[in-house]
Amino acid sequence: MNTVIVACLLLLLLGFAYQAGWSRSKQIASAGGRLHSRPNYHGSLVAIWALVPALLILGLWALFADDASRAYIMAQLPADVQAQGGAGLLQAIDRVNQIASGFGVIGEAAPYEIAAGEALREFRTLAFALVIAAAAGTGALGLYLARRRITARFRARDEVERVVRFLLIACSIVAILTTIGIVASLLTEAIRFFTFVSPVDFFFGTVWNPRFSSVGAGSGEYGLLPLLWGTLMITIIAMLVSVPIGLMTAVYLTQYAAPGMRNAIKPVIEVLAGIPTIVYGFFALVTVGPFLARLGATVGFDIRATSALTAGIVMGIMIIPFISSLSDDIIRQVPRAMRDGSLGLGATQSETIRRVILPAALPGIVGAFLLAVSRAIGETMIVVLAAGNSPFLRLNPGEPVSTVTVTIVNQLTGDTDFASPQSLVAFALGLTLFLMTLILNVVALFIVRRYREQYE
Amino acid sequence: MAETFTQPRSASGETLKTIRSGLARRHARERRFRTYGIAAICAALGAVAILFTMILAKGLPAFSQATLTLEVFFDPAVIKVDPKPVQEQGQSEADYQKALRDWERQVTLVNWNRVIEAALRRAAPDAEIDTRQALSIVETSERFVLRDMFVENPDLLGQTVTVDLLASANADNWLKGNIDRSLPDAQQQLSAPARALTDRLLEDGTIRFAFAWQIFTNVDSRSAPASAGLAGAFMGSLYMMLVVIVLAVPLGVGSAIYLEEFAPKNRFTDLIEVNINNLAAVPSIVFGLLGAAVFINYFHLPLSAPLVGGLVLTLMTLPTIIIATRSALRAVPPSLRQAALGLGASRMQMVFHHVLPVTYPGILTATIIGVAQALGETAPLLLIGMNAFVASVPATPLDQSTALPVQIYLWQGNENRNFFEPRTSAAIIVLLGLMIALNALAVYLRTRLERRT
Repeated sequence: MNTVIVACLLLLLLGFAYQAGWSRSKQIASAGGRLHSRPNYHGSLVAIWALVPALLILGLWALFADDASRAYIMAQLPADVQAQGGAGLLQAIDRVNQIASGFGVIGEAAPYEIAAGEALREFRTLAFALVIAAAAGTGALGLYLARRRITARFRARDEVERVVRFLLIACSIVAILTTIGIVASLLTEAIRFFTFVSPVDFFFGTVWNPRFSSVGAGSGEYGLLPLLWGTLMITIIAMLVSVPIGLMTAVYLTQYAAPGMRNAIKPVIEVLAGIPTIVYGFFALVTVGPFLARLGATVGFDIRATSALTAGIVMGIMIIPFISSLSDDIIRQVPRAMRDGSLGLGATQSETIRRVILPAALPGIVGAFLLAVSRAIGETMIVVLAAGNSPFLRLNPGEPVSTVTVTIVNQLTGDTDFASPQSLVAFALGLTLFLMTLILNVVALFIVRRYREQYE
Repeated sequence: MAETFTQPRSASGETLKTIRSGLARRHARERRFRTYGIAAICAALGAVAILFTMILAKGLPAFSQATLTLEVFFDPAVIKVDPKPVQEQGQSEADYQKALRDWERQVTLVNWNRVIEAALRRAAPDAEIDTRQALSIVETSERFVLRDMFVENPDLLGQTVTVDLLASANADNWLKGNIDRSLPDAQQQLSAPARALTDRLLEDGTIRFAFAWQIFTNVDSRSAPASAGLAGAFMGSLYMMLVVIVLAVPLGVGSAIYLEEFAPKNRFTDLIEVNINNLAAVPSIVFGLLGAAVFINYFHLPLSAPLVGGLVLTLMTLPTIIIATRSALRAVPPSLRQAALGLGASRMQMVFHHVLPVTYPGILTATIIGVAQALGETAPLLLIGMNAFVASVPATPLDQSTALPVQIYLWQGNENRNFFEPRTSAAIIVLLGLMIALNALAVYLRTRLERRT
């Protein structure tokens, strides 16, 4: 209710201020002055001047309103109620609040409660009126000052554009703040983790067994290597699946396929890129895993339903469109002259592709490959569902494994008490993951950019 | 091979033979290479086909569900409650609510199972089955359906009404054949008399397969799997998408405009540039860690709230929107800018009046792609507590809630696999349907807008 009133008042102020600036500048213009800025800029500037102080005051009130009314209730309560503290005090405050809002309380209300409730209601009305008045007053003052500045030569447009520019800069700083936030939060929590466990034990330990936080902070072993090995194994399998298929798809679609076929097939393959990873995870768990286990049983090879192989294959399928569309772009950037030259010398199409186009595109393809690897390392849901979560160093891809991302989810899910190493380790793992993907991305972007410059 | 090419005209029969055999070999290799290409495309297309076939085959049957149509008699001998209280003059709202709550508790304590059992026995009078077995074919949530009917309308007392009640998940599994019918008794979820009764009720039409509206209208439920639905998760996702649209679009478009049109070329803008490219490739789970550490732990925003999820997803989709908007801006022909500047527009006027309107289709597509990506994201949401079990529809973005992909994650982990595998697939169909609708909307709007400009 109150927010609606406030919003309406603000809109009113906005419209009125704009109108004031606009009509004032029109007036000057019709009196014979040649305006520097068009009237709508004058209107906007006055509106900005009126609205910003009003919004500031309302924002401050929104921040401190709860504290203020709480303090006021406290002051109204008798000394013995105040002295009891804790839950009893909270309950008393709730009851006063309920009386003030007109909802009432269950049973008979004590006289002091009714008095406090009445006083609180008055206080709220008064405070609300005061804040509105203050906001309106400063808004009107801003409006008045801004309107007085309007002259024919006043450069309102420049000022409005300066405000807009400032807003645009603020927008682009959000991206920087995000990175700073990521690095700062990962670093601080990881450093807290390293006060429990030494970095050497973490980065070079071969046993992962964190126990539960209830056992105590000192117990548990936090060796990163089994998790890293699981991540690596799944990534290798995913790459073995996706690179040949993705690359050959890109080659065929760019070099052989007729335009019609290309336009039909490309979007279908790109559908794979839009499917949420949780769907792939479910697909791996329900279809691919049991299929592989049965296949393994007939061949005489022991494959578990949830294993590195299952997760890797499905992740490979997920990455196919990533590889194929990146390689597609890169192959098409290879200058036509190179291709035509090779064909003109009598090489077959496949010879041209293998001896000329692919070597020329190689740096770009390596960049795409690295980006795909970084994608695979950071992928979470497929692995959570299909890799089996078993953090041991094993060579057999048919066995379940665990990865860095899975362990982050397991250690942190639903846990907000960041005091134990059991949950803090998630940030150390996150830091490892962030650094790995960062290095891969920087190298990949560097290679791809160099490649692009080469042929531009 | 080189000399065969240098002197083709004076080639003797011997060299011609060498050329021919070499050519044959090379052509064979060419054909093989092409086959590899086609095989790769078939593998990729096959993966798409298998994935969709599997999801549809598993999920579509879950949209129909065994439903009992019973004549329910609201028996005054079983339903012994006071009349519903009315608010009297001078009674405070709190007292009235308390009285109402007390009365509803009384209604809840009524043995509704007896009402259901009586209705079942009326439908199949001669079935030899004990109470527990009979009730095992009706979902446990259905007694609350009767209670809610009664709370809504106490005049039902003593009347007989035709009511549609959900069959239990186990009965549904049995009738659909999701559980092997030849399994011995010990491994069946329903007892032998209950199985016989369900079969019989299906035959005489008391049980029929109706469209499972509760997937869309109900919230998640643990005790009554057949009534579990997506309504809460859907609202949670909707709130998050609203937060993403409201925050990510202005921020993303704003920073793209600044970087592409105004930013001076210096160290600082280079830094922002590299930074955005890197953010686009940071694993999504790292954004979840950021959300847990900053929004939850530092700012003390509530756990499991769509607002927090929306903020995390906003930060995640921001780079996508920035990069796409920048490429849309870059594609605007320079002549447009020069014409605007030449006619005396300021840079700001040029951008907002002339360049930006041309890029609307591109920005729109970027937004929808970003929102679709955010809609399907699961991992970061797990870290900010959105995987909690929530049995209510969130009323505001600050209430506890799950999201569609997280609900899929929760359902696939349910121990009643026979029932929840199809139901999870059904949820996936809903999610994919939403994403396809979003993308179709993007394509439609883009073609429409491009035609106009």
